[in-house]
Amino acid sequence: MYRTSLLKQTARPSVRVSTRQFSVLNNQVRKWSEIPLAPPDKILGISEAYNKDANTSKINLGVGAYRDNSGKPIIFPSVKEAEKILLASEVEKEYTGITGSKKFQNAVKGFVFNNSGKDVNGQQLIEQNRIVTAQTISGTGSLRVIGDFLNRFYTNKKLLVPKPTWANHVAVFKDAGLEPEFYAYYETSKNDLDFANLKKSLSSQPDGSIVLLHACCHNPTGMDLTPEQWEEVLAIVQEKNFYPLVDMAYQGFASGNPYKDIGLIRRLNELVVQNKLKSYALCQSFAKNMGLYGERTGSISIITESAEASQAIESQLKKLIRPIYSSPPIHGSKIVEIIFDEQHNLLNSWLQDLDKVVGRLNTVRSKLYENLDKSSYNWDHLLKQRGMFVYTGLSAEQVIKLRNDYSVYATEDGRFSISGINDNNVEYLANAINEVVKQ
Amino acid sequence: MSYFAGITELPPDPLFGLKARYVADSRTDKVDLGIGAYRDNNGKPWILPAVKLAEAKLVSSPDYNHEYLSISGFEPFLKQASKVILGENSAALAENRVVSQQSLSGTGALHVAGVLLKEFYTGEKTVYLSKPTWANHNQIFTSIGFKVASYPYWDNDTKSLDLKGFLSTIRTAPAGSIFLLHACAHNPTGLDPSQDEWKQVLKELEAKKHLVLFDSAYQGFASGDLDKDAYAIRYAIDQKVISTPIIICQSFAKNVGMYGERVGAIHVIPSTQKDEQLGRALKSQLNRIIRSEISNPPAYGAKIVSTILNDRALRQQWEADLVTMSSRIHKMRLKLKELLTNLHTPGTWDHIVNQTGMFSFTGLSPDMVARLEKVHGIYLVSSGRASVAGLNDGNVEKVANAIDEVVRFYAKPKL
Repeated sequence: MYRTSLLKQTARPSVRVSTRQFSVLNNQVRKWSEIPLAPPDKILGISEAYNKDANTSKINLGVGAYRDNSGKPIIFPSVKEAEKILLASEVEKEYTGITGSKKFQNAVKGFVFNNSGKDVNGQQLIEQNRIVTAQTISGTGSLRVIGDFLNRFYTNKKLLVPKPTWANHVAVFKDAGLEPEFYAYYETSKNDLDFANLKKSLSSQPDGSIVLLHACCHNPTGMDLTPEQWEEVLAIVQEKNFYPLVDMAYQGFASGNPYKDIGLIRRLNELVVQNKLKSYALCQSFAKNMGLYGERTGSISIITESAEASQAIESQLKKLIRPIYSSPPIHGSKIVEIIFDEQHNLLNSWLQDLDKVVGRLNTVRSKLYENLDKSSYNWDHLLKQRGMFVYTGLSAEQVIKLRNDYSVYATEDGRFSISGINDNNVEYLANAINEVVKQ
Repeated sequence: MSYFAGITELPPDPLFGLKARYVADSRTDKVDLGIGAYRDNNGKPWILPAVKLAEAKLVSSPDYNHEYLSISGFEPFLKQASKVILGENSAALAENRVVSQQSLSGTGALHVAGVLLKEFYTGEKTVYLSKPTWANHNQIFTSIGFKVASYPYWDNDTKSLDLKGFLSTIRTAPAGSIFLLHACAHNPTGLDPSQDEWKQVLKELEAKKHLVLFDSAYQGFASGDLDKDAYAIRYAIDQKVISTPIIICQSFAKNVGMYGERVGAIHVIPSTQKDEQLGRALKSQLNRIIRSEISNPPAYGAKIVSTILNDRALRQQWEADLVTMSSRIHKMRLKLKELLTNLHTPGTWDHIVNQTGMFSFTGLSPDMVARLEKVHGIYLVSSGRASVAGLNDGNVEKVANAIDEVVRFYAKPKL
């Protein structure tokens, strides 16, 4: 009963109906106009509606991009410095290889898998050439590439995603030819993780399924597993021979420290070294934790069984990517390379920048909590959630009411991107929520 | 390799593999005539002065940030990019008949065009490619599930356009097939139809209601003039010669020298008549395709191109930079031909100067190409395509002598 099938609204519109196609043949010319309008993207559609709103008190809690206390986008000072170094020293804008530059790949391996020198297991896997890393078009690009790869080479098409999950996950994997299905994760009525059902629903799935795990700052709920809970989940993963696919879009946003937010990766590395797990994959991006959103900078890594397997897998990744976009964009990846290049001494300033960003989000979270009326609703879950979002538990009706009556824009699942909150609007927002909840 | 079923190691992509071999070669006088990226007269990569100026302007502007673009891409870029290819006074643009979507350069544009056509095109699902064509064209379309066929283009005996074969294939292909045309500076031959030949080609395409897909990767590289290099596209659209949908895949990799920034666009002109509903539907479907592949396109390169195109002085600088690149390449063509003529190298070499753009289809055989690499440290793809941009005053004599040697080596009577 926990094999929740996909909800209707997440399914793709039936665009493949033949009468709705366009043709150049004379008698069918009229049919061009029957290409249906695809529904606007839920998250990005919010921003468009927000931009059109004339209310000066309007608040955008839609897109997950950081805003400072005055509501403005920022460039991390460390990123700005890296960009200055780049512009002063750049002598070419040539193509990288199909899977990105070696320097970028090595920076990612050292930072994520070896935890910058703190993970002996990851270090061993790197030295044994058992990690294949390819630069991708940020997180979405990495999810799509691994989706296409698993569709081609993995024996099982079923991919288990938590319910709820990031709105784009299902579309990405379906378009890649996989068969996404939900596993239980969150109990909306309790505003809490539903761990018992999570385990139960995973255990009921067929052996060898692919399982998508959010490394930290689960999107959209902000509720992560404890290390003890991860242990239990990983026991199921081993028992059921699941293929773990980790999505890590918010490394550093849980604790403020990217080295602390990768407990899951370190544990997976350990299991691989102990030969209890053969392979796993990690989708990673610098969109959020370096604020490089639009530069599309991220990676896919596959941990393999052997150096020989790595070579084969890398060659197949290249074959897969070459006809889609040839090679990844260089601007963001060169910034990342500079930040991780010791000679520029920027790593610590980046860590401080990130800590500051996460610190503000936590402050705003507490302030929102303080201003909410706890007599009509239990808001304690807000304090347990981590990352860029709060998953309020508000209903779609309440979210729409907030939009129509208060110009507060959020997705209808009740996810609020808290970086849109600041000292100037937190009381207005809390009041709006209180009013809507009371009704 | 038990974990992933049937996974085997593949040979490297020919072009990227060539680059890897070149990099690994320790000979100091090695010459790279492989990947099509411009080099200055010192053999060094060149960031265009217009780009450097635009970067300084962009990054110091108070509005500069790294935020997400919309799914369609950077609107000021799209607007200007469509004018670059269609012309300032394009009626199709004035009538709002063009649907534009930013892409990951030329490959990304072709891929998205393929996905769109796969899903919505009810005509013949066969893509006709010129023979020869860019190495990646074939797999871009076969990987999406299209059948791929070829039309004759290069006549190796005369080293000129096989117009008769080209037109004949257009006539015999099933009506409503997809024809991919190189807008200018044909890759790999460097040989373009004349304006008169384009008129014949487009007329025949219209007669069979084929869908026209233009690949414009080298606008400005053929003649040094953006407008001249868009002749075929503008003739087809402005004169409404083609009544079927037209798709243009536009790349700024070469003509702005920003290969790795992945700047490009796909422009769809679905109809010769205004149809706003269809335009909106197409845009929404392009957005849906992009959203599930990359979410939104990369910002930086598009902002640079937009900065150049929206600033009169930078635009002039860019056009001057285009002339710098195309004229240096042309000079190298003349020089190479002169040297080979003086050496009395067997064969004719006029085609080297008749070809345009970054490449010369030398006519050298795969054996000769292999010997160039092995014996002389000169790297080009096995088809005999040479990136003329890799030539300079310092290496052109070495290359001419080496070509002379390999041609004579294989021309020796076999005993």
